[in-house]
Order: sequence, then structure tokens, then C-alpha cells
Amino acid sequence: MSKMDVVIATDCGSTTTKAILIERREDGYHQTFRGEAPTTVEAPFEDVTRGVLNAIQEVEELSGRQILDGESIVTPAKGSHGVDAYISTSSAGGGLQMVVSGVVKSMTGESAQRCALGAGAIVMDVLASNDGRLPHQKIARIRQLRPDMVLLAGGTDGGTVSHVVELAEYIGAADPKPRFGSGFKLPVIYGGNKDARDEVAAVLGEKTALTQTDNIRPILERENLGPARQVIHDLFLEHVMAQAPGYRKLMDWTHAPIMPTPGAVGQIMQTIARQLDINVVGVDIGGATTDMFSVFSEVFNRTVSANLGMSYSISNVLAEAGLDSILRWVPFDIEEADLRDRIKNKMIRPTTIPQLLEELQVEQAIAREALRLAFVQHRELAVGLKGVQTERTLSDVFDQNDEGESLVQMMDLDLLVGSGGVLSHAPGRAQSAAMLIDAFQPEGITRLAVDSIFMMPHLGVLSTVNEQAATEVFERDCLIYLGTCVAPKGMGSPGEACMNFSIELPSGKEEGVLRVGELHLFPLGDDEEAQIQMIPLRNWDLGNGPGQEVSSTVRGGVVGLIIDGRGRPIQIAEDRDERLAQIAAWHQTLKLYDGD
Amino acid sequence: MAHAYTPGLRVTPYAVVRKDRKLPLQGEVVAQVGDFVRRDQVVARTDLPGDVVALNLVNRLGCPPAEVPRYMLHEEGDRVQEGEPLAETQPFIKWFKSTVNAPATGVVESISSVTGQVILRKEPRPVEVLAYIDGQIVEIFDGEGVAVETRGAYIQGIFGVGGECWGPLHVAVGAPDQQLASLGQECAGKIVVVGSLITQDIIERARQLGAIGLVGGGLRDQDLRALLGYDLGVAITGDEDIGLTVIVTEGFGEIAIANKTFDILKACEGKEISISGATQIRAGVLRPEIIVPEAEGALSRAEAGDENEEGMGIGALLRVIRVPYFGRIGRVSSLPAELQVVESGARVRVLEVEFENGEKAVVPRANVEMIEE
Repeated sequence: MSKMDVVIATDCGSTTTKAILIERREDGYHQTFRGEAPTTVEAPFEDVTRGVLNAIQEVEELSGRQILDGESIVTPAKGSHGVDAYISTSSAGGGLQMVVSGVVKSMTGESAQRCALGAGAIVMDVLASNDGRLPHQKIARIRQLRPDMVLLAGGTDGGTVSHVVELAEYIGAADPKPRFGSGFKLPVIYGGNKDARDEVAAVLGEKTALTQTDNIRPILERENLGPARQVIHDLFLEHVMAQAPGYRKLMDWTHAPIMPTPGAVGQIMQTIARQLDINVVGVDIGGATTDMFSVFSEVFNRTVSANLGMSYSISNVLAEAGLDSILRWVPFDIEEADLRDRIKNKMIRPTTIPQLLEELQVEQAIAREALRLAFVQHRELAVGLKGVQTERTLSDVFDQNDEGESLVQMMDLDLLVGSGGVLSHAPGRAQSAAMLIDAFQPEGITRLAVDSIFMMPHLGVLSTVNEQAATEVFERDCLIYLGTCVAPKGMGSPGEACMNFSIELPSGKEEGVLRVGELHLFPLGDDEEAQIQMIPLRNWDLGNGPGQEVSSTVRGGVVGLIIDGRGRPIQIAEDRDERLAQIAAWHQTLKLYDGD
Repeated sequence: MAHAYTPGLRVTPYAVVRKDRKLPLQGEVVAQVGDFVRRDQVVARTDLPGDVVALNLVNRLGCPPAEVPRYMLHEEGDRVQEGEPLAETQPFIKWFKSTVNAPATGVVESISSVTGQVILRKEPRPVEVLAYIDGQIVEIFDGEGVAVETRGAYIQGIFGVGGECWGPLHVAVGAPDQQLASLGQECAGKIVVVGSLITQDIIERARQLGAIGLVGGGLRDQDLRALLGYDLGVAITGDEDIGLTVIVTEGFGEIAIANKTFDILKACEGKEISISGATQIRAGVLRPEIIVPEAEGALSRAEAGDENEEGMGIGALLRVIRVPYFGRIGRVSSLPAELQVVESGARVRVLEVEFENGEKAVVPRANVEMIEE
């Protein structure tokens, strides 16, 4: 593709197909128009392209650009006619569902899980030789799950053969059928010990559609997830997408391979982290699931919490977090029985929205817990490699770092991006900032943003064909910056000093003492910067070590600069009255529910 | 978007109800188009592949994996009986002979010289699909199952637990907003309509009496937890083994059964009905259902017409499905086009509703569901 001035991109979600138009102007690429329409994968239409055409039609009407000629996309762009490229992502039909397996659950099992998640899959189960289940239980489980594909890994190159072949035998015995297309064989990807390839082929070659690729863990000290992820993407198109109604036609239309939506989000996050040299955490909280992405020191991780969400799965947030964890964020008294009924009513009627302020506050309390739990799950998987032999010196004896420590270090986080209805469409932007801070508890200096129309999937697939365009649109149009959170890490008694601050704001200088349990909000606009000089007290750390000064330039946003002295983890009073007063004070400081 | 509101649940005294009855795997269909079937009649059957038993013979025979095939007394595909010798070593001294007997009756599926593992597949398990409703077979899905069609009353609930069952209907309350204190002996073996709230006490009593199912306007979540023994996280139900099927028509909490629903149930008192509590709220929404085959006055398919979900207009009957007016019924009195800010601060599309007592209120369009008239 030589010229790329106008691009139309769609994301076919389970319920809505979203189209955006990206155009090059004198100062670079911009996202200019958007349209959406219901996804048409299910009856009565059963053709995904109908929804795509409807969404593009809306863009045509809004932009005045003719993009469609009947049912085909006009290329290339000439004046106000046509586009230079059409690209798309998809999560319709439940996305990509996989079962993965490895020999040791915490080693190759985890690597296989990271590989599949990073490719945009939902991991239905991780089978391992040491997962504690008996052989017949493993076989029954594989048969019951009906995944779209299976990733079989295990054994370093030159390592165990018999354990890997044993897992292959279980998969063979289960003789699993794919979710779509009953006449097809189940795609199985083998990415384990290269010495076991022939044996695995002998066991699975006939029964399944077997593809062999490089070992995802050739040596214990190194993961090699790229080749297997590429195979997953290819098979996703070939076996899963091609079976879904209308996708063959859609695949003919697009100028780049269709990507699974979360895979595309991961792509753009990696691009941004690399180009801006920052560490990023992103979250997309939906009705049924919550997707979490992180890039730390250029290592990308993605997890999906399949049963944490704000409508279909809202009841599961209550079941997993427990009532007390939710109630601690609610600024008023509420009967347990009443809260339980309200949550269940939201579950059975997922499209309703809070009319009353109290209802909104309850939903946002639940969102904090859903995000917190999803982040806990993410941190557990985004870890260094386990099973690696390290030489320990005398000084390491006093170092408490274990192998497999989470790569997600909050003090090193530069940008936290939220997306999904409850964050993107909160009536007040300060509410989104508060939910992000309370759930993720960022430490040090962290910039906060929301992706208001969830454009990241489109930009992810765009980055595969034009990285410059994707980056420019991401920076200009994708994110709404909320502001920056400055939070020293430590614990203390409420009211005692934890940090001295001096801030050069565009409106003047602010100096003071941050006390434990306090929040401060300073106005600092999206295009404004402030010089901060922070001196944490002993036992409090802002990134340079306990008691060490930090000077920096921070950027603002639609909410402003938030200084958070509530401690890490955030200290919430045990006593009911004290807690209610505490929550009310925080809400007031951040002007959460002032109707602004 | 086509609809900014929740389409109502289907509640109708006259409908053509068609149910696809399919096997989990390919099998044999034992009915023909045109056959009249009863709800408890088998329409299709198959054999599910038996469970497998994996035996690692390396330790049991004390030999390397590569030698396992040599010691096998049966080959892949052979049938073996439980207790029959499956593999045996051949030492010089008979005393040292090791024998492994088949732990179950089945077929030897695979013998591995890499892992030393032998996989034995047990006898297949027969599975039968019943008709579920009294009706006529209208379509055969080759090797998969049938479609059964009947004419009668059809009511979708909002949430249920427990699977398919059938029995005579008994309406134990005189009004849809009545709350029943307990159940009498007459409820034994029946599907009982218990009014605005299905309590834990009523569920316990129903189990003692041997009632088949319960239908009510509301249920408290804490009682649901007591019934299931756990907090229900995701609304996928229908497989619970709780001794009866429970169908909630309106929602969680105490809520009167909608008048229309109640009137239909009342009119069907004593009839044999089929119910299912299966609910699935994610993609491919499945709601619990009450089917009364051959209800009086049932129309033919043509007469019944297609279900249509027309947009809401002034005067349309609706129910509010979220607080502060949760469960109240009224008519649309105004449909402002512009977005409005509601108390929570959200800017949303709204409508004005006039309740049955003449009181008016503004509610988000997303928080109402239409009621068919």
C-alpha cells in the first residue's frame, strides 16, 4: 500500500460494531468520525458484514465521504471518495477460546498461558502434569470444554519427552471437537520440546489438525512466545473466524489480517510503550469480562478475567470480592439484603443504568473491586520466569525478592489507561480517576487517562500497517488525560505528616504538608505542566527510596493533579462512622459527585 | 441503536411454541414428522463415549515404557472385562511375574511405548432426549434430534434455577401481590404459583411435600444462596440438583407477579404444564419458561402472527425495571428526544411514565421494559 491518507477501521464486538475514520491532515493523522451499529453475527442476519456496512454507513453520513459502493469498499481515496485501506478486529462470537497445557504448571504451563493470552485468547483451562488432577479428570475436562484450539507445550528442548507425550495422549483420548464447524478437526498447536515432535505427531496427527511450531520455552531462562502467537493468529483466522457467519467475506475486504480485539489492544500498547519509552497498564472493563494489559520494561502481558464485569458478571464480583470489600467504598449505609437484590437485578437486566446517585455510587464501588480483583489476577500472571536457576550472593540472602516476582511494579508505572462503560462513560471524569486510583493504587508519579470510545483495538491493527499513523492518533485523539496521581508509598497513623510538597502550578505556587489519610486536588489542565518538589518523610517513598526527595515535571488533565496521602495499601477506617466520614471527605476533595 | 430499552419478556396466552430437542452428539432419532408425542416420550438417543481410565504400566510392571507393548495381552481395539489380565511380564522365574488386571470393562484405546501409558475406554453411556412438551414433531434434524411444536400459553420468566419438569399447575394465591405464608398438602406433585415472593420457608416446605416446581414474582438473593448453597456468580443455570425447579417472573426482592402473567396462570389452573428454570443471560439469552400446551383458544401459527417488537409510543404499557420505581407499571406519557441529566449525573435518553395511580415520573429509557397487550 503506497499511499495511506484515509483509513476506515472497524471493531466487531459481541454486541456492537464500531467504525472509525482516520484521515491525514497537514499536521498528521487524526481520528475524525465514528459510527456504530449492532453486530450481526447472530440470527436473523447471521452475517457480520451487515453490521460493518451499517457502521460504515453512519461514518459516511457524518463525514460526507463516500466509502461504500453498494456492498464494497471504494479504494483508493480520491478527494471525498473512498479510503486507502480497510482494517478490522473482532471479538464477536465469544472471542478466541483456548485450552493450554504444559508439563509443570508454574513453568511451561504459565508460559503457555501467557502465550495464548497475549495472542488475545480466553484461556479456559491450564492442564499440566502436576495440576493435581487424575488422568481421567483431565480427559473429561478437555472433552467438556470444547475450545476453539489447544496449545500443547511442555519440556525444554532436550528435556522431558514422556510427560509431553502423556499430555498429547490425554488430548487424543478426549478427542475434543471444535466449538464451530462440527465437520472440522480441532486445531492443536504443538510448541514444546522439539525432541517430542515425532511422538506428538504420531499421537495427534490423525485425530486433530496439528501444527508444530518453535518451543515456547526452549530453555528455562527464556520464553519464545512470538512464533506460537503467530500460529494462533493464523489458525484463528483460518479455523475460527472463517467459520463465523460472514467472516470469509469480511476477510476478503480487509487490507490486513483481522486481529482478535484484545490482541490488537496489546499491539498498540506495546507500540506506545516502546515509542514513548514508558511502562503502561491498561484495562477494559466490560459487562462480562475485564481485560488487563501491561508493558513493563518492554515485556508485554495480558490477562482476561472472564467472570469479572459490570453487568452479566456483576454478581460474580460480589461472590469473589465479598460484601465487606464492596461496602467499604460505599459512602452511605445500606442493608446487605437490599444490596444483594440490587446486584442480582442488574445481573438479570444488564442493560439498565443507575438513575439515582446512590445507585451510581454502589456501581462504582463494585467497579473498584472488579478492577482490583482483575489486577490481582494480572499481577499473578505477569511475573518473571519461574524455575530459573539463579546464583545467590550473600547480599541476596537479605533480599526478599522471590523468583516469579510480578513484573508489574506500581512505583515504575508511568501511564494507567482505563476503558469500558463504567470508566469511559462515568458522569464525572473525576469519578473515573478515583476508581482507577482506588482500584490500582498507583505509587509514585502516575499519569491517568481513559480511552473514551475504545479506539485502541482499531489503532492496534492500524499499527501493523502504519505505525506512525497509529501512534499519532493515539496521542492526539485516543486518550482523554485525567491528570496525574502523586502517591507516596507507606503506612502511618491518620493525621500524621507523610510528605512535604511544593508545586509550581500555572496559577501559582502551592506548598504544604500532606497528612496520612488526606487527598489534595490541584487544578492542572490537559495541556499544562507543573514542577513538583516532594520530600517524603522517613518510611515514605515516592520512588527514590524512603525519605528521599523527588523533583519532577508532571502533566495535567481534565481532573487535575491529585496528591494521595492515604497510604499503600489505602488505609480505610474499621469503624463505620469514621469510614463514612473518611469516604465523604475524599469524595468532597475530588468533587466526585458535584454534578461537574 | 435500534432499541434504547429492554424488550419485554414474552407472556402470551396464545402462541405456537416450537422447541428444538437435540442430542449432545450425533445419534438416532426415534420419532417421525407428524408424530404426536408426550412430554416424557423419548425422541432421540445416543451413546456418549465412555469415560477413560489411564493406566501407567511402567511402575506396575517394573519395565521401561518401550517394553510395555511387548507385555500387553491385548491389542489396541480389543475388548476387556473388568478383572481380566491386561498385561503380564514374562520373567524367567514365574514368582517374579507381575500382572495388571483391567480395572474396568471397556476397549483398549491406546498403548504408548513413549510413556508406558495404556488408555482404556469404558462402556458408552446412553443418553436420551425427551420431548419436554406435549406436541407434534414438525422437523427432524438428521442424527441430531427433532423440533416439537405445540399451541398454547407461553410465559418467559426473568430468572430460574433447576431443569425441565412437568406436572399439574396449582395457583395457591388469590392475587398477584399476595405473599404466601406456607404451602398445603394439595401442592404435592404440582407446580405451584406462590405470589409475590418465593421465600426460603416456602422452598423448604415445597421440597418436603414433593412439589415439582415453584413460580413467583420475586426471590431474595439471600434465599437463593441458601437454596443453592453458594453465591451464584454468573447467571448460567438449569443444571442445579435442588429437587425442584424455581421460576421468578419479575426479579429479586418482593415483587407482584405482572397481572397479565397471573391471569394466564390462573386460567390454566389444573392443566398439565412443562417448565424449565434454565437461564443464561450472556450472548444467546435464555430465559426460564412456562408452557401450557393446548391451552383453550390457542391460535394457529398464522393467526398467532409473528412476535413484533415495535418501538415504544405514547400510551405504551411498560414496567420500570430499576429503582427508584422498580416493578411499577405505567404508560408512556412523553418521549423527549433530547438527552436529559438524571439524578446520578448521567446524560441519557429518558421517557415520562404515568403510573396506574396517576403519578408521573421521568426514567431512563434503558430502565423500562415493554409489556405486550
